[in-house]
Amino acid sequence: MEKCPKHVVHYMHAFLDGEITNEEEQIMNEHLKLCEECREIFEELEQTVTLFKGVDVVEAPAGFVDGVTARLPKQMIKKGPNKWFRQHPFMVAAAMFLLLMSASFFSSFENEQQFSFTKQPNIVVEGETVVVPAGETVVGDLVVKNGDLRIEGEVDGNVTVIKGSKYMASTAVITGSSEEINEIFDWLWYKMKSVAKDIIPASKEQKLENE
Amino acid sequence: MDELINKRVKEVLHGNQEAFEEIVIHFQHRLYQVCYRMLNNAAEAEDIAQEAFVRAYVNLETYDQKRKFSTWLYRIATNLCIDRIRKKKPDYYLDATVPGTEGLDMYSQIATDHQLPEEEVEKMEMKDRVQYEVNRLPDKYRTIIILRYMEDLQLQEIADILEMPLGTVKTRVHRGREALRQQMGSM
Repeated sequence: MEKCPKHVVHYMHAFLDGEITNEEEQIMNEHLKLCEECREIFEELEQTVTLFKGVDVVEAPAGFVDGVTARLPKQMIKKGPNKWFRQHPFMVAAAMFLLLMSASFFSSFENEQQFSFTKQPNIVVEGETVVVPAGETVVGDLVVKNGDLRIEGEVDGNVTVIKGSKYMASTAVITGSSEEINEIFDWLWYKMKSVAKDIIPASKEQKLENE
Repeated sequence: MDELINKRVKEVLHGNQEAFEEIVIHFQHRLYQVCYRMLNNAAEAEDIAQEAFVRAYVNLETYDQKRKFSTWLYRIATNLCIDRIRKKKPDYYLDATVPGTEGLDMYSQIATDHQLPEEEVEKMEMKDRVQYEVNRLPDKYRTIIILRYMEDLQLQEIADILEMPLGTVKTRVHRGREALRQQMGSM
């Protein structure tokens, strides 16, 4: 029995992997014609491959997909924002700042229950009601917080009532603007306006000039 | 197809969990089949294949979208299967009777490395026989033969899945094929 060249077995596998060159295939076929033993091995290999390739496809059982869905962790949904937070630390800091600021701001509106008013020489206080008596003239702005205001006389300035009501007698005169603040947005607007007034004194001066 | 899958992956990364369901539907049979062939047990295959999808979902951020999604998914599944096989090995129920034998328990099988008697093997239906022979292959050939012939993957793809040089994959396919030929010799 002649000795089979080693590379023939290698060629067989290359053939089965579809990676054999024409030349190699020719050499292999030449040899297989002559060598019964190698031919047998080759046939067995081919048979094995055919058998394993042809095995039935196995399919996942019904309910497989639902099973996966049921096992998915729920917190993954948070992952998106988390990633965003990590990438934009400055935005997060700014957002936190605004959140905390607004929280303290709104709570200050809710919690300030104390009755207070602008001290003016000629006003009268009855319980939680500030009264501008008839015939009297208050010079300057008047602010009343958490209380009511009854005007029977004159106010030479702006009148603001925060969380309270304003009653005007028929004799009442207000030379400036007058507003009542009961809602949070009014409050916000009022705060913004007063901050703006503080920051830009020019608007006040202008007013004085106009007067 | 790959483009569609990558689109779904992006949607999942943006928080759309339902998009992942489509990925599962698309790959369920292929992934289940690998697990079934590797583990030779339907319940375990379902468990591991589902676990593979869960791992893929949880670690989706680490998936490199320039590569093939199926490769990444197969890698997760085959690794889980190999882990399971390793863990399982020592705990055969030694008292359990070997199927098809009269009173032969697993103690009698230890020395013969989990082989069935020849006449049992010969009585098997061919599809069972194929599964049986695959499971007798050494671990390092088994995965490769399953991916090559049962999943019909290209050698390069197998190399990517198993993170091995292409040459190693080729050698193992050759050896695995040769081992199978010898095992099937008694056909």
